[in-house]
Amino acid sequence: MSEQQVYEPRIVAFLCKWCSSAGSDLAGVSRIQYPANATPITVPCTGAISPMYIMSAFNKGADGVLVSGCHIGDCHYIEGNYLARRKMKLIMELLEFIGVEPNRFRMSWVSAAEGAKFAKVVTDFVNDLKPLGPQDKLKKAEHT
Amino acid sequence: MTKKRTGVFVCHCGTNIAATVDVAKVAKEMAGENTVAFTQEYVYMCSEPGQESVVQAIKDNKLDSVVVTCCSPNLHEKTFRDNAERAGINNFTCEIANIREQCSWVHNDKAKGTEKAIKISRSVVRRVNRNQALDAVAVNVTRRAMVIGGGIAGIQAALDIANAGIEVVLVEKQATIGGRMLQLSETFPTLDCSQCVLSPKMVEVKRHPKIKLMTYSDVQEVTGSVGNFRVKVHKRSTFVDPDKCKICDHCTVVCPVVVPNEYELNLTARRAIYIPYAQAIPASFTLDEDACLGLNPVVCGKCKDVCEAGAIDYDMRSQTVVEDVGAIVVATGFDLYDQANMQELGGGKIEDVLDGLQFERLCSASGATQGHVLRPSDHKEPKEVVFIQCVGSRDPAKHCAYCSKICCMYTAKHARLYKKHVPDGRAYVFYIDIRSGGKGYEEFVQRTMEDDDTLYLRGRVSKLYRHNGKVRVLGTDTLTGQNVEIDADMVVLALAMVPSKGTTEIAKVLKIGRDKDGFMAEAHPKLRPVESVTGGIYLAGAAQAPKDIPETVAQAGAAAAKVIALLSQATLNRSPLIAKVRRSHCTGCGMCVEACPFIAIRLEGGKAVVNEALCEGCGSCSATCLRAAIDVKNVTQLQIYEMIEACLAV
Repeated sequence: MSEQQVYEPRIVAFLCKWCSSAGSDLAGVSRIQYPANATPITVPCTGAISPMYIMSAFNKGADGVLVSGCHIGDCHYIEGNYLARRKMKLIMELLEFIGVEPNRFRMSWVSAAEGAKFAKVVTDFVNDLKPLGPQDKLKKAEHT
Repeated sequence: MTKKRTGVFVCHCGTNIAATVDVAKVAKEMAGENTVAFTQEYVYMCSEPGQESVVQAIKDNKLDSVVVTCCSPNLHEKTFRDNAERAGINNFTCEIANIREQCSWVHNDKAKGTEKAIKISRSVVRRVNRNQALDAVAVNVTRRAMVIGGGIAGIQAALDIANAGIEVVLVEKQATIGGRMLQLSETFPTLDCSQCVLSPKMVEVKRHPKIKLMTYSDVQEVTGSVGNFRVKVHKRSTFVDPDKCKICDHCTVVCPVVVPNEYELNLTARRAIYIPYAQAIPASFTLDEDACLGLNPVVCGKCKDVCEAGAIDYDMRSQTVVEDVGAIVVATGFDLYDQANMQELGGGKIEDVLDGLQFERLCSASGATQGHVLRPSDHKEPKEVVFIQCVGSRDPAKHCAYCSKICCMYTAKHARLYKKHVPDGRAYVFYIDIRSGGKGYEEFVQRTMEDDDTLYLRGRVSKLYRHNGKVRVLGTDTLTGQNVEIDADMVVLALAMVPSKGTTEIAKVLKIGRDKDGFMAEAHPKLRPVESVTGGIYLAGAAQAPKDIPETVAQAGAAAAKVIALLSQATLNRSPLIAKVRRSHCTGCGMCVEACPFIAIRLEGGKAVVNEALCEGCGSCSATCLRAAIDVKNVTQLQIYEMIEACLAV
């Protein structure tokens, strides 16, 4: 990153296939503009997101990680998002414990009907990450 | 692992992608990936020549995997997987990188959009490197269907499916089928008698050799998936054998218990043993267990004593029945918005303020007053009646944001029915707009205004209260700007349609999505309006959205056609993307067993074993396993780690 460039946080966004990925598709169909900082990875369910994925993303240089799934009670797989919610709470605590701003991790519930909400979630996350600057606490040397 | 030979096909989508993503750059970057053997751009990859070029390129370049960077996989994943198969490679080696909905359409900055498109494409190329060739699992289809809800939607769907020769289980919560339509007096815009239209269909359901009718029953649990559902139905005891009951009515004469009659919307009372309507199907009495003095001959037993047919059995027990079906139609209908929410209109506590369904019962020949419009408080003929539309509808601040769609029409119908019953009466209608889209609908409303001399007042009513034995209506006519004060004999509220209680309950049992208003969510608002998001579960009638009878019947027929198409197949292809255990890594800790929502994993000889028939491929097990010993096929942990890396590569 050259000095002239504005800092743009790099985000990995884990989206569940049924709700949030469909919600991000709806944002597209509705042509709602939002920052290009978050690269999506679609998974079957937020319950399938291992905490290790989040740590791995930080290891590999992510400035923020977003996990977005179906609203509580609406999980296509009955209870995957409950499992996710429990794990993600622990991730926040772990990040704080090891000295990484817990705000670098965010979880949201975006249904397939909420394109505008998806765009807002990403926009807000990018805006909140910018003052924190690059994440280098967990970044491994080979990824700098 | 031998090195893959992946082909990357970059679609311009006209200018939909190409305008904000440098597609040539995406192709060039992908060509730099060490497993990519071929790249190509094309203006419309999904067109006939585009698809042909994919097939040709796979054959010519001996490709073994394919990544198409284009629109959402929901649109063309199947298209390109079919092409992969046509070209002779396994369809699960083809993946879509979504650079349209998730990129070009949402980012105007071409440099940033291109950078993101490259990251997305690269992550999918890395994923496909480890994709396995998989075969869809063929599963047998249970050639039976279930319809939940016995209103007009459920009746129509059940008949259409049964007439195609497929057995149908029709489950209804109430003691009779017929639903809301059975409560109506006449129907718009033709003013046919509702029962005359519906009753023959109800009888047809009863007599149809392919329909198994289960009334007074609730769906308790649904397991399985498309093609093979297992449904537990709880059949409550009616304590009357419908085959023996002669509906002679002797039992109700002697029954000492009087309770409000919910079928007449509490306008009248019924006994503890009752038949909802004279034309009920099944034609049998039902003993209301909660109201009865105790099902005990020592306490009462009067009904049993007088039943000459010997149909009453106090020892009849509720039973749970298991039904295996391949498809389910949900037709659980609507309720009216609770009047208690309308505090400014009395909250349901003012006498002679009725809801639309109660007014139907007053007009109906089979209703509480045998078809004479009499007001409940003193049984006198009301000479001035005020009808209020949009009660609870179109009010995002306090009530329901949506338009309930049928109220304009049924209020016009009510005004006409009222004038038919009370020719010297005066009808007023308060409305916001008149929405009468439909065949013959606008003409119907015009006739209500002109021929029946109904006074339409554009405005809302602000308050209702009792005044000198009448109901005082305070409102505004916004066209003249005048305040309006009417002392009405009766007021009828066109309350909003809301999802029925049963709709809310069944959505939880079936785990199918609902929209922001609580109605069942369709898979696609335009292209898949009768399918739920879950395969094999279809929607019909007002459970999906407010709609009138013609639309409900049309949707029920469409749902039936979908069921027939599904069940006409001998086998179905089930997704092979399910969990797989690496036995060498598994320590038998059992955490995956705990995490699995489908009870699809068990421990056997100290190792986790996946029941492939039950696994839905959610991946909860994989995220829980500490030793990465269990993975969903083609979404393995290794694949995700490599995708993460690709997303963050600079």
